[in-house]
Amino acid sequence: MSGTILKVRDLHVAYGRVEVVHGVSLEMTQGALITVIGANGAGKTTLLNAIVGLLPASGTVELAGEAMTARPLESRVRAGLSLVPERRELFADMSVEDNLLLGGFRRPARERGESLDDIFARFPRLHERRAQLAGTLSGGERQMLAMGRALMARPKLLMLDEPSLGLAPLIVRDVFHILTELRAAGVSILLVEQNARAALQIADYAYVMELGEITAQGRPDEIARDQRLIESYLGFGRNEY
Amino acid sequence: MRRAIAPLFALVILVLPFTGLLSDYWVALFDYIGIASLVAIGLVLLTGVGGMTSFGQAAFVGFGAYATAVVTIDTGLSPWLSLPVSVAVTGIAALLIGAITVRLSGHYLPLGTIAWGISFYYLFGNISWLGAHDGMSGIPPLHIGSHALIAPEEFFVVVWIVVVIAVVATQNLLRGRMGRAVRALRQGVHAAEAFGVYTPSTKLKVFVYAAMLAGVAGWLYAHFQRSVSPGPFGIIPGTEYLLMAVLGGAGRVYGAILGATAIIVLRDQLQSVLPLIVGSAGNYEIIVFGAILVLILRLASDGIWPILFGPQAAPRTVAPPPDAAPPQRPRPAADAVLVEADAVRKEFGGLVAVNDVSFAVPAGRIVGLIGPNGAGKSTTFNLVTGVLPLTAGRISFEGRPLSHHRPQQMAALGLGRTFQHAEIVPDMSVIENVALGAHLRGHAGMMRAMAGLDRAEETVLLDIARQQLARVGLSDVATVPAGSLALGQLRLVEVARALALDPILVLLDEPAAGLRVGEKKALAKLLRELRAEGISILLVEHDMDFVMNLADHLVVLDFGTKIAEGRAGDVKNDPKVIEAYLGGVA
Amino acid sequence: MLNLSRAFHQPALVQPDGCQKRLSGSERRGQATVDSTIFLFLLQDGIINGAVYALAAIALVLIFAVTRVIFVPQGEFVAFTALTIAALENGKLPPTVWLLLALGCLAALSEIAQYRAEMTLKRLARIAAFDIVLPLIFIAIATVVAPMKLGEAVYILLAVVLIIPMGPMIYRIAFEPIAHSSVLVLLMVAFGVHFSLTGLGLVFFGPEGIGTAALSSQSFSLGALVITGQSVAVVATTVIFLALFALFFGRSLLGKALRACSSNRIGARLVGIPTSIAGQVSFGIAAFMGAISGVLVGPLMTVYYDSGFLIGLKAFVAAILGGLLSYPLAVVASLAVGFAEALFSFWASAFKEVLVFALIVPVLLWRSFTSPEGHD
Repeated sequence: MSGTILKVRDLHVAYGRVEVVHGVSLEMTQGALITVIGANGAGKTTLLNAIVGLLPASGTVELAGEAMTARPLESRVRAGLSLVPERRELFADMSVEDNLLLGGFRRPARERGESLDDIFARFPRLHERRAQLAGTLSGGERQMLAMGRALMARPKLLMLDEPSLGLAPLIVRDVFHILTELRAAGVSILLVEQNARAALQIADYAYVMELGEITAQGRPDEIARDQRLIESYLGFGRNEY
Repeated sequence: MRRAIAPLFALVILVLPFTGLLSDYWVALFDYIGIASLVAIGLVLLTGVGGMTSFGQAAFVGFGAYATAVVTIDTGLSPWLSLPVSVAVTGIAALLIGAITVRLSGHYLPLGTIAWGISFYYLFGNISWLGAHDGMSGIPPLHIGSHALIAPEEFFVVVWIVVVIAVVATQNLLRGRMGRAVRALRQGVHAAEAFGVYTPSTKLKVFVYAAMLAGVAGWLYAHFQRSVSPGPFGIIPGTEYLLMAVLGGAGRVYGAILGATAIIVLRDQLQSVLPLIVGSAGNYEIIVFGAILVLILRLASDGIWPILFGPQAAPRTVAPPPDAAPPQRPRPAADAVLVEADAVRKEFGGLVAVNDVSFAVPAGRIVGLIGPNGAGKSTTFNLVTGVLPLTAGRISFEGRPLSHHRPQQMAALGLGRTFQHAEIVPDMSVIENVALGAHLRGHAGMMRAMAGLDRAEETVLLDIARQQLARVGLSDVATVPAGSLALGQLRLVEVARALALDPILVLLDEPAAGLRVGEKKALAKLLRELRAEGISILLVEHDMDFVMNLADHLVVLDFGTKIAEGRAGDVKNDPKVIEAYLGGVA
Repeated sequence: MLNLSRAFHQPALVQPDGCQKRLSGSERRGQATVDSTIFLFLLQDGIINGAVYALAAIALVLIFAVTRVIFVPQGEFVAFTALTIAALENGKLPPTVWLLLALGCLAALSEIAQYRAEMTLKRLARIAAFDIVLPLIFIAIATVVAPMKLGEAVYILLAVVLIIPMGPMIYRIAFEPIAHSSVLVLLMVAFGVHFSLTGLGLVFFGPEGIGTAALSSQSFSLGALVITGQSVAVVATTVIFLALFALFFGRSLLGKALRACSSNRIGARLVGIPTSIAGQVSFGIAAFMGAISGVLVGPLMTVYYDSGFLIGLKAFVAAILGGLLSYPLAVVASLAVGFAEALFSFWASAFKEVLVFALIVPVLLWRSFTSPEGHD
């Protein structure tokens, strides 16, 4: 049960000639909820996009011992990597149900039906709105749908990019509550967040990313007490400009 | 060395066709190459430099050819006198067509050129006084005195003199401020507009210029061929011209000649070889053309000229005469309110992105606009710069309310800005990118530039750019293509470009992102110097250390609403700000 | 021979305008106004034209939505199908089989060149099967079947089956390797493909124009209006295929996956929809739609190897009118283009094409101002 689900070694990612992630390594065990926090522009989104295969990168990525590095995105998805992207990337002109069904595109038809029932059980709100177009949902519902769509693939690892972004505080609480439920259900989760407090409260382990590098890691309570984290967010900093 | 090229070339033109080195056949072929080169040079400017892809250029060749055919056959006017008629007819047609075409966005523009390209082909073929599908024949040849220029080698001289003039004028045009504006438009209109370039009118000028070159080509064609018919003015020839420009190297003037030569020689050879292979006559060369087009775009989308001759060289800067610098804009009195945003509001659809936000930027101060991701900072920024229209509220500049302000007006008022995602022209040198900032400090128009009469002014503009580059510490990369710089350097290029405008207010969108600590310190020092000179700065920034140390005043946004405002020390202890940044408790 | 640009070879296209057949020249010129009978004639013509354009237009919209390619050569499928049926009607082996084999070889080479680093035996086998063996099987079948003259239904079936694989093959040759390029680059490549296909059409089919047997030789009167069986067949077939099209995209997971590709490309990739397969499927469907159009127009006009260009372009006008994104709008616009064409050919027949193509410019302008879709 506690095998390594994800292993990233020395990942470098560049946009054209400009490198934005400089040799990031991280590791997470099966069933854990790991968070990567950091200020805007730290390279968190880039990191996730490279892990899932949206961006070319050098270095290695292993999912449950399987090498992902040379594989294209769709093959990584089939292997069990799922990303809930920062911009949700829903199919806005299609129904909620179709969005979910397409999330299970890679699964056999029979499993897809079961998964759909599971998702509707977990997100009753989506069940109510199953016939509605995804583009007409509220921000919180969109986030739920994006998560539901990713879960339809029954991923080995669920990665979420800033699920709290643009959501009102009450909705953020709902989203994070669902993450804890998923974790309890045994889903391995890699959570990238700018909302550091919320992320640290539910994570098993945390990485802090700054300017494309991992600058700190440890148990969430240790990180939360780390004065440096507060500084890098609010600029009480040691850097005199 | 470079100066020797033109006279040498002129000598070649005058002598080569008469040496007997080329058979009549090849001389005639080169006549056609010269004519096609004119069209391709126009397309280089239009498509390669200006980013407007035209499949319909052959139609303008048609306008030029038919105009001179009608005038010389019907009125017996000398062909030399019909040249202005051809150019004028083509120019007017281009003005009308272009006025619509340049307003088409994205891929609608090339689609539009296809549509009118086809329309004109059918129009030429169906107007009875243009001879309908049979066209017109009996067009008089060009004369010098009583001598008719019918022999290919005599025509060669005329054609290639025109080509040389076109090359020189186009190169001159591209080197100057208009040229930089056009080159900037290809990457996207934001940077160019922010420094005072009016997009549609600039595009239209280029469009008309390219069409006029095609019109001249049509005039030459009509008097060489001595007959015209709709065939060569349709969409397939139009695509061939485009292929010439792309093959040669979109954006390179000499590449157009190379491309025209390659395509015409290739077609000629294919037309004699392919029927032997296939066994019957037909347009088989078109298979190969199609394949070439596909292959070029798959393998070398920049064309062959850059592969053979490398990237474009940067212009040299020379020190201008000491009194040549344009006067500096008067600085407003210290602490006078320079920009005031009064309850500005922006809605997208029903979504409120900026919710009645008010703030002021006093003269000679640094104001920081901060807030978490998605707080509406960039939108606010775009409202001030005139990129987005306001839904409600008011923005005034030096006390004057601006209602429907455009970025170009803001530039004229002295607002220089940078962009969150560096908006530079990657294949243009760093110094020319910076010189774009000084666009409004020069005045030379298109004609002056083509005639090379803008040199003195250009010297001044490039010197401004050189000074500002030195100021941000990038003197040693002035001549490299901007696309080869690292992100941090690009941010500084943008700062230098904003300063080249001679601004009284500078808006910086995340200037510190991607900068190393040393670079940030240098930038902070520069910004303090600017403040000391009386320049105001509005700063959107995520690096809190940077902005907290630097700004005199902070405005904090969250969910589009202003949640706090004041001095750095007060703002960072404000519980609302802490919650916005670190997140509510889950 | 030394022509500056070879003539835009006038595609001597006999338009499917029955109007010219049914009204004498004096009648047409004598009337300045359109009375109700003529209006009905024009309407019928317009609907027939429009039905054919509609099939091509939705294929264009589909291809653009899934791959961002503005597929100029869609009309080639139409012409090649009609020419194939015509060859079969004469008991000859259709040259289409050689074209298919040629495209197959090119597609195989292209894929091997693009993926040489990650080529597996399994993949090579799949390439060989689809690109080489399949065309060879078709050649064998066609060689056997062609002289037997088995009847119209068999010709149609064989022609359609020969054309469909060309869609995916063309996608793999020309577009898949540059799938991430800008719309503009893809458009220029589409023009290149159009050039090459037209040239290949000339090589394989020769310059002669040909018509095919009518789907139905019956006709009946409705008041003053004579309705031919052919026109009923055209409209009925189009309606059926539009319905099938709607059903496929509304109900099947594959259809939904294609819609997902056009709705949100990144989202589609993130749920594991392979973009390459989606592109091939959409090109296959487009080729199928083109083939159906070819079956319908063969009896209506003399088809030459390059007749497809104008049909494709008019469908393209309709697709643009529909904004390149809406299927129902594209269908309505196709009918409008067909009707406009019928009307223009009545009023100002010489300027018919001028007007049809000029129609598009104001629409593009309006689109540029109202929708951001034109931006890349």
